[in-house]
Amino acid sequence: MNEVNLNCPLPFNQHSTVLLSHGGGGKHMRELVENIIVKAFDNPTLRSLHDGAVIKEKNARFAFTTDSYVISPLVFRGGDIGSLSVHGTINDLAMCGAKPLYLSCAFILEEGFPFTLFQKIIQSMQQAAMACDVTIVTGDTKVVERGKADGLYINTAGIGILEHSFDISPKSIQIGDAVILSGDIGRHGIAIMAEREGLSFDCPIESDSAPLWKPVRELFQERLSIHCLRDLTRGGLASALVELASSSGLSIHTEEKAIPVKEEVAGACEILGFDPIYVANEGRFVAFVSKSEADRTVDILRKFPMCENACLIGYVGERGGKVFMKSKIGGERIVDMLSGEQLPRIC
Amino acid sequence: MKYLDEYRDEQLARRYLNAIHKLATKQWTIMEVCGGQTHSIIKYGIDEMLPKKVTLVHGPGCPVCVTAVELIDKAIEIANQPNVIFCSFGDMLRVPGTQTDLLTARAQGADVRMVYSPLDCLKIAQANPQREVVFFSVGFETTAPGNAMAAYQASRLGIGNFSLLVSHVLVPPALKALLSSPQNRIQGLLAAGHVCTVMGYWEYEEIARVHRIPIVVTGFEPLDILQGIVMCIRQLEEQRPIVTNQYTRSVTKEGNQQAQGLMKEVFQVVSRKWRGLGEIPASGLGLSTQYESFDAEFKFGRAQYHDEKNCECIVGEILQGLKKPNQCPLFGNPCTPELPTGAAMVSAEGVCSAYYRYRYLSEAKS
Repeated sequence: MNEVNLNCPLPFNQHSTVLLSHGGGGKHMRELVENIIVKAFDNPTLRSLHDGAVIKEKNARFAFTTDSYVISPLVFRGGDIGSLSVHGTINDLAMCGAKPLYLSCAFILEEGFPFTLFQKIIQSMQQAAMACDVTIVTGDTKVVERGKADGLYINTAGIGILEHSFDISPKSIQIGDAVILSGDIGRHGIAIMAEREGLSFDCPIESDSAPLWKPVRELFQERLSIHCLRDLTRGGLASALVELASSSGLSIHTEEKAIPVKEEVAGACEILGFDPIYVANEGRFVAFVSKSEADRTVDILRKFPMCENACLIGYVGERGGKVFMKSKIGGERIVDMLSGEQLPRIC
Repeated sequence: MKYLDEYRDEQLARRYLNAIHKLATKQWTIMEVCGGQTHSIIKYGIDEMLPKKVTLVHGPGCPVCVTAVELIDKAIEIANQPNVIFCSFGDMLRVPGTQTDLLTARAQGADVRMVYSPLDCLKIAQANPQREVVFFSVGFETTAPGNAMAAYQASRLGIGNFSLLVSHVLVPPALKALLSSPQNRIQGLLAAGHVCTVMGYWEYEEIARVHRIPIVVTGFEPLDILQGIVMCIRQLEEQRPIVTNQYTRSVTKEGNQQAQGLMKEVFQVVSRKWRGLGEIPASGLGLSTQYESFDAEFKFGRAQYHDEKNCECIVGEILQGLKKPNQCPLFGNPCTPELPTGAAMVSAEGVCSAYYRYRYLSEAKS
């Protein structure tokens, strides 16, 4: 038998081109945003790296945000690119604590795209906006050659107004705060994955895409002292918590058992080798509130259909910028940000 | 969820932990062989819940991590050819070769596709008769039968534009190499439940006998692993170096005979170079002469092996239980899952990657 040879090769150590993971909501995306974009446009508002920019104008505070939607397939269980593009931008405003007022919409259409589908998507946008009392006031259309835009891309931008005096940001998170999750996680990511890969389930999983302003508004109206809000998107619950722990400099302590995951989603994650805390959501958020107001926050949120599974998932501590999770059998681990894309394992 | 929650029960876990505390009267070092087990151990914090007397050593059982860098370079070279559709399981895509990885090759224009089953590649080959479809056939004995089935079907259906770039590795030869090392301090083994589901555990009886080491075939859920540790410590305390089976819901002594038959028809045992461990004789599978025309190295040229450059990475010592990942001078800086320096950091199931993801970094280098 040969002796064990104890060494390893040195691989390459930098990316010269953009990878899909640079858009995946994890570490690569954060590097791209911080090292290239924020570096170039540097200013205090941008530096806060929040879901939207909060701008002060005379005595009023406004929130301003933008988001692009490149989802494939365009129509999925529980929504389509149209409703998603309205909900996503409304949610970014809501997470700044702002009442959404106006949206813009820009369409990049591919030559040959069927008008019937385009009309269906526009209608879905209109209905989503109406349901949230938001007006789409301006827009743009461009058409590109066949094969250059995956059918349709949509960008929406939104403006909202802050009607309270709270500073909703990671800086406001305090030691002892309760962390409230608005519902079960991972439905959007698994619904999209199922459509893309042709996976079928006994009970088909619907995306959780939903507008979050109404439940958030209720929290403000009930005068709860909200310190921070963050919607869970591409990188899932884990990436949102890691980002917030890192920007607040505080630790977040949560328990695996406390995090609701629908059985179908948990099953799909087991098969694909995914951890549900990294799977995408489009209608879920976390709220950081004073510990004494945790139960009331949960009770208020549960009145809304998209928040019926809201629950307390943990507390804020002082162990320096990390997220800790107690496993189901009682061990402790840290939760790290997703590195690259979450890829199915070999075995 | 049924068949999962039962194996993640906190109270039962406590009972097993209490049993381990009572059973262990000496210092014991046990290796879990499979990367899936390592992942569970670190994710659920099992190693930190064990008594200090019991040390777990994380074995070489991550097929992604041990795939030779030269084969990854060959995969990228093939993928970059204009007429090729290169298919792979997901987690091989970001494993770095010497210059780049398959995801970067895709970003630069190569047609690289992620598949869930090797049989999907046959459909792709049939739909694209003018192009060459190549599948990166990686894994231990667990994935070998499924991949053998792709070659078997391709042969039966006469799909000539399909081939496999084979990098299969076998568990027993690697275990023998590790146990024969003069520095070895592993006293008990938790064998990989899914490898044994295919192969059975008859092969391990010789290892237990020759190396006088208890071997417990173990599953992957936290309670499987805890029960496996209980069984292993009991055998160590009673000085019974035999093979026992914790994973009875999946494993029999003989294994899956049909799968083994298919593997025998399609593959032959070959010498294989392991990333981080070097070349181990008779430790891999390659396509048999009968299936040579489905061998991507036959179609596109053989991978060129070269001496590995030495670096400060201590993966060899980690795999022998001499050191923990966070004692490596490279751990966390510069070696991270984004820019891995060493083999065990490249896949989610590699031990360094599991430590990096689930352990508090301030404990590094302690």
